[in-house]
Amino acid sequence: MFDLVGFIPRAVVQSIPLLLGCTGETISEKAGSLNLGIPGVMYVGAISGVIGSFLYEQSCGGEVSTLPAILIPLCCCLLGSLLMGLLFSFLTVTLRVNQNVTGLAMTTFGIGFGNFFGGSLIKLTGSEVPSIALSATSRVFSKSLPFANDLGWFGKIFLSYGFLTYVAVIIAIIAGFVLKRTRTGLHLRAVGENPATADAAGIPVNKYKYLSVCIGCMIAGLGGLYYVMDYASGVWSNDAFGDRGWLAIALVIFTIWRPNVAIFASILFGGLYIFYLFIPSSSMATKELYKMLPYVVTIIVLVLTSMRNKRESQPPEALGLPYFREER
Amino acid sequence: MNNSIKEPFLHITKRKEMAWQKAWAIRGGMILLALVICAVITASTTELSPLAVYGTMFKGALGSARKVWVLGKELAILLAIALALTPAFRMKFWNLGGEGQVLVGALATAACMIYLGKTLPNAILIPVMFIAAVAAGALWAMIPAYFKAKWNTNETLFTLMMNYVATQLVAYYIIIWESPKGSGKVGIINQNSEAGWLPVIGNNKYLLIILIVAAVTIAMHIYLKYSKHGYELTVVGESQQTARYVGIKVDRVIIRTLFLSGAVCGLTGWLLVSGSDHTITTTLAGGRGFIGVMVAWLAQFNPIAMVASSLLLVFMTRGAQEISTIYGLNQSFGDILTGIILFCIISSEFFINYQIHVRKAAGKEEANV
Repeated sequence: MFDLVGFIPRAVVQSIPLLLGCTGETISEKAGSLNLGIPGVMYVGAISGVIGSFLYEQSCGGEVSTLPAILIPLCCCLLGSLLMGLLFSFLTVTLRVNQNVTGLAMTTFGIGFGNFFGGSLIKLTGSEVPSIALSATSRVFSKSLPFANDLGWFGKIFLSYGFLTYVAVIIAIIAGFVLKRTRTGLHLRAVGENPATADAAGIPVNKYKYLSVCIGCMIAGLGGLYYVMDYASGVWSNDAFGDRGWLAIALVIFTIWRPNVAIFASILFGGLYIFYLFIPSSSMATKELYKMLPYVVTIIVLVLTSMRNKRESQPPEALGLPYFREER
Repeated sequence: MNNSIKEPFLHITKRKEMAWQKAWAIRGGMILLALVICAVITASTTELSPLAVYGTMFKGALGSARKVWVLGKELAILLAIALALTPAFRMKFWNLGGEGQVLVGALATAACMIYLGKTLPNAILIPVMFIAAVAAGALWAMIPAYFKAKWNTNETLFTLMMNYVATQLVAYYIIIWESPKGSGKVGIINQNSEAGWLPVIGNNKYLLIILIVAAVTIAMHIYLKYSKHGYELTVVGESQQTARYVGIKVDRVIIRTLFLSGAVCGLTGWLLVSGSDHTITTTLAGGRGFIGVMVAWLAQFNPIAMVASSLLLVFMTRGAQEISTIYGLNQSFGDILTGIILFCIISSEFFINYQIHVRKAAGKEEANV
């Protein structure tokens, strides 16, 4: 029998980095910025948090108190990803450089940055630990509600996660609401659909673009932090984060640019990602084929939406294009 | 009523054509700036003096005959991928699937080596591998192209996803072909018989790769600049409406161009497996499908200029490897330097395409920069 109670929590744990990355990317895509730097941003967010909490744990010798153990990595992570967001928006909005090229450069840089500091942090700080294992911080991050275990399958499926899991879901709901139901969201989408018209209507195009990219990057960065601190129990290993950043971008298309759909879609993706572990009869080789599923499903969605050509499910009209007021 | 019009402090306008000497001078200046920043960053992490940084880098990249050959091979492979992507980019088709197209090309090559290596002599096997690799790469690129031409499916995202489908496909076959069993690797294919290995000419195994890529470079330059196809795809890139108006079949040009783009990527996969690595891994392309995008873009899609831009990036990567080996730093150091160089050159495009005017006190403008 398929072990659903065992499967769902693991799928959820897999899904949170994807959900955060996807929410962040959706926000910036809705304002017309195709940020292919998201995989890099997630690495930078993760490693910034790791550096912060590594220095903190070193300074207090393993005896961490709850509040700084959460706040220090959190702030470092947000700051690191914000800087990446500022870099992207400065290059693409102010300097109007091609977004694809900038994004890919950011991914190269970000992954390199993460692996470099992940691999050299111990040497650079001259400390005497064999590897980066932030178990104390990780315990704080992955602490679930105390009564979760007493509630049987219900507690296991809904309450057994660290706080960032719920933060991720709340962020996605808020993002969905703001994009769909508020004036700010309307303006943001207008900028993504047709910046010239938005500009004529008095919407500050550049401000919206800057904000959407920066906020999007900060949310995505949290996904990296979640991965290291909660999923990987505070152990940094190079390239462990893998292709999740790209999967997050795939998820944006899969959900047709709707963060609240992404909550369930990310769990589906997370499930597909680990599906192979739960197929008892499959060989090692077919497991690799199962890992292909999220991407294949995304491609199918991409093709279907373009074939049906429904107006609500199209990418933002001006996605990927720089806006220059005097070029109209 | 307030009569004064609020005027922004900085006013940006689009330039008309800039003289190419001046444009390249700006790019050169930005590269220099990038190199200085890289030197400062390296110096601060390794306690080398900034000048010694480049001394070490030169030694790492060009220090011995072997290193020069490796540099040449790396340059050739990166250049080949960048060349492959160029026709698509000229058509404003964002082929971010270089990684996947190289991988399927490599996969086809490896399959031929493994299944046909015992039955066919090299003289037949190598052409068969070549055809299989080129066909596989071309097919992989034509799938997104078909949907783009037919239903205008977003090609940036489609090609991106195809990379990971290819990666998992390779992972699947690696497990099927793994040798020794359980190692999770394919190992050197046909180590004893050397079946399907590209012949060594001029007593260096990389020479043939370099020569082939040089030929591809020239051919691509001619194709883009002097052929009717090259002209048509440029027109499609500039404006699909115009292209239709003058009677170019846009669908056909898109699919044909991506056929070429994927074919050259497949060829690169063939070179990698048959010519240099003799094995296949999921990281065979190693991010070069993406770096190739930037190489092509930095060179403004000019095949000859791409030689220079890929040389710059390969040199920095190899140099950074040397530094990180000596100082026990992580190998990813090179990626950071590559990123910095890219950001600097990317921003130089702004100064080439736009002009900044600073507001004067009286409200009159004066050209600056």
